[in-house]
Amino acid sequence: MNAIILTAIWGVIMMFGGVFIKNKSVPKYIAIIGLVVIFIANGFELKTGAPFFMIDVKDMVVTNSFNLTFIAIATGCSLLFFLLSGRDIEKVGAHVSEYFALIFFVLCGVCLAATFNTLLILFIGIEIISIPLYILTGSDKRNLKSNEAALKYFLMGAFSTGLMLMGIAFIFGGNANGSFFINNIHIGLGKMPVLIAAGMILLLISMSFKVSAVPFHFWAPDVYDGSPTVFTSFMATIVKAAGFFAFLRLFENAFGSVQPQWQTLVAVITAATLFIGNITAVFQQSVKRMLAYSSIAQAGFMLFAVFALNDKASEGVILYTAGYSIATIGLFAVLIKMKDYTIDGFNGLGKSQPVLALSATIFLLSLTGIPLTVGFQSKFYMLLAAAQNGHHTWLIIFAVLCAAISAYYYFKIIQAMYFKEPEAEVIIDGEVNNTFKFLLIITALLIMVLGIFPDVLLNWIHFIA
Amino acid sequence: MQIQYYIFLAIALFCVGVVGVLTRRNAIIIFMCIELMLNAVNLLLVAFSKMHAISPTAIPTAATDAQLFVFFIMVVAAAEVTVGLAIIVMMYRNTHSIDVNFLNRLKN
Repeated sequence: MNAIILTAIWGVIMMFGGVFIKNKSVPKYIAIIGLVVIFIANGFELKTGAPFFMIDVKDMVVTNSFNLTFIAIATGCSLLFFLLSGRDIEKVGAHVSEYFALIFFVLCGVCLAATFNTLLILFIGIEIISIPLYILTGSDKRNLKSNEAALKYFLMGAFSTGLMLMGIAFIFGGNANGSFFINNIHIGLGKMPVLIAAGMILLLISMSFKVSAVPFHFWAPDVYDGSPTVFTSFMATIVKAAGFFAFLRLFENAFGSVQPQWQTLVAVITAATLFIGNITAVFQQSVKRMLAYSSIAQAGFMLFAVFALNDKASEGVILYTAGYSIATIGLFAVLIKMKDYTIDGFNGLGKSQPVLALSATIFLLSLTGIPLTVGFQSKFYMLLAAAQNGHHTWLIIFAVLCAAISAYYYFKIIQAMYFKEPEAEVIIDGEVNNTFKFLLIITALLIMVLGIFPDVLLNWIHFIA
Repeated sequence: MQIQYYIFLAIALFCVGVVGVLTRRNAIIIFMCIELMLNAVNLLLVAFSKMHAISPTAIPTAATDAQLFVFFIMVVAAAEVTVGLAIIVMMYRNTHSIDVNFLNRLKN
């Protein structure tokens, strides 16, 4: 509750701050202070169970240790994102304060999508995430690629919203209780009523759109490639994680009792996402585009949580979103500093910028899932969840094979950094100061620590005040 | 009147919208088709609201909940229109066209 209210308030503060503050570097510091305040306020609520604001929300929003932990991860990763890439947000355009304001509004949507208890709040949360993102995607106004990405994202996003709303309307109509609460959907025994089944399929399709699962992924590479790189970093990590969290909570609470009826469908989507994401990523020349496909491939692993729906899946989704977000934000922070976004652009980075290259290597190892990194732990939890579920065990073997394919394209960057000679004299664009290097090392250490002691994070899920 | 008529009308409108989105090439028309989809949902929700109002199993607030949902859809659709039209205008300024077939620069 704290996080929802404070992010909205801070978004408004940033928006009006843009009118009065003309200095370009000040908004970054206001935003960082705001996120620290929100992170602490949310941690306080997680620790004591009592929010600062006592508002009667008629149970439309529920806060428990599970979704508060997720909000802590989302705000923590955004803080990391601001610290690492805040200076690059200033370079996107003239309206620096507005960009930060929009990011705070997106975070407000993330908090709503994480805590929703009715389909109404789910819809509003997803829309509050999407609408500011359309603007951020198109924020590089003179760039045709950015325009195109914004229009594509907008049309696809609005279309999937339409599908989601139709699904909600069907579920409302088929529900004999006449309620929008996700744990009050009367599905009955045996076969589902046809309206609820149709609504569930539409919701599945629209959520797959939002998290870019195959076959609804085609917008993702273009949008991630076209939008300014800093915002791609935000979109591919925190926003995608929030989409998954909402997906998991919706299907766990609303349709968990009829899991056998839709599990095969989700298994097929998972397998297709893993396969298409990994295979297409192999052929990419641009690292930015490769990371877009890699985010689709990682989405396949996150879909395991929706597939399995058990305790290990809940722990896995927390660990996976944290690990994937931290590693990808770090990798994008390095990528933004590069002059050339192709893989050849990374040639010789190991010699000229050893700190950048070393931390990028750790991020890539974590994304591949090498032991001692959080990437390994999170993949392990996901596969364990699927194994405990017991159905469709072929999916686990398939996922491991796809993880092996992913090693190929991740290691190609490591190879370029350490074993190839640079083609150009200067491969870094923009300054790399000591603070940035220090933060990168901290990020890399965070990945190692979470990889060795995942319980540091997971204990909070089971924490009851 | 029976609820089935409303359901069929809403599904028909919705399908017109979906087919429009998938086949038309003009960004504004695609946009109008999306609005049509949302309005089909509004119609369906209002019809279900009346249905649940006289249903003995439904919770007492079912009818008002659905109508409130319709208002939320309208507000969000309005917000989407402002952002969407701004994006289309931005596109038009740069390319002097709103044909989505031009959207293929990112492919390679």
